[in-house]
Amino acid sequence: MQQLVAVVIDGIIYSAWLFVAAVGLTLIYGVMKILNVAHGSFYALGAYAAASIAGALLAGGMPPMLSYAVLLGAALLVAIVLGPLIERGILRFMYARDEVVILLITYALFLILEDVIKLIWGVDPYFIAEPYGLLGSFDVADLTYPYYNLILVGVAIACGAGLAWTLTRTKTGKLLLAVIHDTEVSRAMGINVGRFYMVTFTFGSLLAAIGGAFTAPTVSVVPGLGVEVIVLSFAVVVIGGLGSLPGAALGAVIVGLVRSATIHYLPQAELFVIYLVMAMVLAFRPRGLFMLAEARKI
Amino acid sequence: MRPDRTPWVLGAILAVLLVVGPFAPLWVVFPVTIAIAKGLVALGLMILLRCGLVSFGQALYYCIGAYTAGMLGRVFELDGVFTLMLAGMAVAAATAYVLGFLLARYRGIFFGLLSLAFSMIFYGLLVKSETLGSTDGFNVLPSTLFGIRPADEWVRYAVLAAASSVAFVAALLVHRYLRTPLGSLAPAIKDNEIRVEYMGASARYAIHVKYVIAAALAGLGGGLAATTVGHIDPEMAYWTVSGEFVFITILAGTGNVIAPFLGALIFEGIRNVAFAVSPNTWQMVLGGALLAVIVFLPNGLWSLFRRGRAA
Repeated sequence: MQQLVAVVIDGIIYSAWLFVAAVGLTLIYGVMKILNVAHGSFYALGAYAAASIAGALLAGGMPPMLSYAVLLGAALLVAIVLGPLIERGILRFMYARDEVVILLITYALFLILEDVIKLIWGVDPYFIAEPYGLLGSFDVADLTYPYYNLILVGVAIACGAGLAWTLTRTKTGKLLLAVIHDTEVSRAMGINVGRFYMVTFTFGSLLAAIGGAFTAPTVSVVPGLGVEVIVLSFAVVVIGGLGSLPGAALGAVIVGLVRSATIHYLPQAELFVIYLVMAMVLAFRPRGLFMLAEARKI
Repeated sequence: MRPDRTPWVLGAILAVLLVVGPFAPLWVVFPVTIAIAKGLVALGLMILLRCGLVSFGQALYYCIGAYTAGMLGRVFELDGVFTLMLAGMAVAAATAYVLGFLLARYRGIFFGLLSLAFSMIFYGLLVKSETLGSTDGFNVLPSTLFGIRPADEWVRYAVLAAASSVAFVAALLVHRYLRTPLGSLAPAIKDNEIRVEYMGASARYAIHVKYVIAAALAGLGGGLAATTVGHIDPEMAYWTVSGEFVFITILAGTGNVIAPFLGALIFEGIRNVAFAVSPNTWQMVLGGALLAVIVFLPNGLWSLFRRGRAA
């Protein structure tokens, strides 16, 4: 019983983390049809920026409670500086190319950003543990969990709900849906498609950076941090269906629960079970759970 | 029609490697052998790329080839370099034959993602299998040539000679294959699959065959890499390795069977030089090179050799 509770709670926390890390990927794919390998770099950049900025401010005497705002601010900084730069500077010249070619371009960007991180922050690990322990912890069925995990769950819910609300309830969201549905007609109707692409890319990158920033207090921030996140978030969004918001949420919950269950009951299978789920879903629903098969073009 | 010069160029390259090999210093022989191993994998990816498919999981077969070679040495104490490479090739091809039934139905980004999933499954299995050394992997015995163990200073050259001969045969066969009806279907499949089927050919069957050939070449490369490096570990199946292979293939272009080997050689060259000059920015140099090739040479480096002629 206790183990089952642990499985569910660990699973929820892990799902929340996965959702924040992956939802930006599905957003960018849904709007721009770019499978962004550099997504993991934004995650790592968010973590580095959060750890170094919050660390410096805390050492300078900032009240620890403010560190949560600083984590968010660091993520914003990363996304606002690099998002428009990459989209306007490189990606917008590539939209006419094949999906697979654009994927390779983001792979090249990933390689470049990996070294940018090393140039800025060096190769030594960064630690920022204060925000993690600050709020104390709570007990569930004799298991102790830091309250910080609830913040992660809260961030995930806020991101998901915020995105869903923006897409379905605001004018911007409806315009964006029009862009997704038919880029050329939207452009003809006077929508500034280029600006929507830039904002979407920046916002998707922001979500990755937030994922990294709020993970930074729970890990040591080292080079190569984003490498695993890339394949994990690919798995999450592919399971749900590329470009689908509810799909990303469902994918995160499935992967989160499956992984926490295997960690508790069958630790040998921990790593491969995620990709097994991904392969199974693709085998039976080739476009993911929330996407219908496309008719072949003649 | 112009006479086909490719076999002669391949033969000349082989002759140069065999003649110069014994005099080349070790720091040249080793990266060249590794480049041949990676070139074999890229040759397979090129076959797939010609029909518009990009596999982000080719490291699966590279790793299968390497582990097959390693296991043969460990369990049966086999160490013939040709035996190991061919065994790696056979196991990789058999695996691809089975997975191919599923994968041949996928196109575009989903083909890449499903092959990525398979390679990550294999990675996850290897990492957790302690008898195979988990993340550390294990060492592979030094290899022999037809049962003769070369003297220590000749081992590297023996492997290089074996590698270049095998690569020569593989490249020739692929060159022939690309000119068969099944091989020349590739651009048609890339352009319009339904028309291919109206002509009476099966795109799915053609892709399945290409997928098995690509895997066989990757297994061959993996077996070669295992005997060259003398050590194997699960990282060989990780997605970054697959990314490297796709990188080489794009860098090289799909114009000719020589291109993947040239691409692999240039890739290893850039990497070794960049790593020696500035260890913290070699990935940036590689990424920049990839961006430059995609932007300025959409058909890869090989298009430099074909200037003025229709590609």
